[in-house]
Amino acid sequence: MDQSFITPFIHSIQNVFTTMLQLPVEIGEPSLKRERKATHDVSGIIGVSGGMQGTIVLSMPEEAASRIVTLFTGMEIDSDSPDFADAVGELVNMISGNAKAEYQRKDVSISCPSVVLGAEHIIATPSGTPCVKIPCNTDCGEVVMEVALREVPAESENPSTAAA
Amino acid sequence: MRIMLIDDSKTMRNIQKSVLKQLGYTELEEACDGQDALSKVSAFKPDLCLVDWNMPNMDGLTFVKKFRETDKTTPLIMVTTEAEKSRVIEAIKAGVNNYVVKPFTPDLLSERITETLSKCGAA
Repeated sequence: MDQSFITPFIHSIQNVFTTMLQLPVEIGEPSLKRERKATHDVSGIIGVSGGMQGTIVLSMPEEAASRIVTLFTGMEIDSDSPDFADAVGELVNMISGNAKAEYQRKDVSISCPSVVLGAEHIIATPSGTPCVKIPCNTDCGEVVMEVALREVPAESENPSTAAA
Repeated sequence: MRIMLIDDSKTMRNIQKSVLKQLGYTELEEACDGQDALSKVSAFKPDLCLVDWNMPNMDGLTFVKKFRETDKTTPLIMVTTEAEKSRVIEAIKAGVNNYVVKPFTPDLLSERITETLSKCGAA
């Protein structure tokens, strides 16, 4: 995958976590994700369609997610509560939206977020699209951005495709 | 001052509510998408709306266009992750008075609300 697809997410997660959570993020070495199962138990998922297609996942261990949600909402929320999923979804929404703005292409749309909780769940990514894991260390624990995106040639774009 | 918060994320509405309460605004109504907002505006009669863009059922841009068919003056602020210049222009053409990109600090949101109300003569 083109490095230019990844850099916007590095900038974006740092911007969102610093602004909304006052939580600095240290970026680790990105790597290709080969396994199908989710990296951690909590996944916030956004589908990308239009000029670029694929999925963006914010993956966190439940303990880190709980700490992050507490920082974001100002209160402790049980992971079974819909408000927990709402907060995780809004974080991945902001990260994806901000990253999207850095792309040169103007015809990229993002879906509303979905959130999945549970050990070893599987998130299907479009076949033939590599997925890059970006590890991010924070004082709340490790979070991982998983970016599976490919550019779509103008003539074959299908704006109605949303992957999440 | 009646303010309507239109966002599918309860977390985001709560953050906005907390900023507005600090500014002294307490008459607040919430809507979870454009359709929900349209069904509430005639009863609530907002003096200001904060509108998200990406929402299920009816997105914020469609809400703004429909709202402006009958109300040309109530100030609308788009509060969204859509940060591209082309999107900002699209929203302004549809009738929004100001634009806030998420993520935002409480100070920035306060500033934009105060600025919008003052420009629109609603402060």
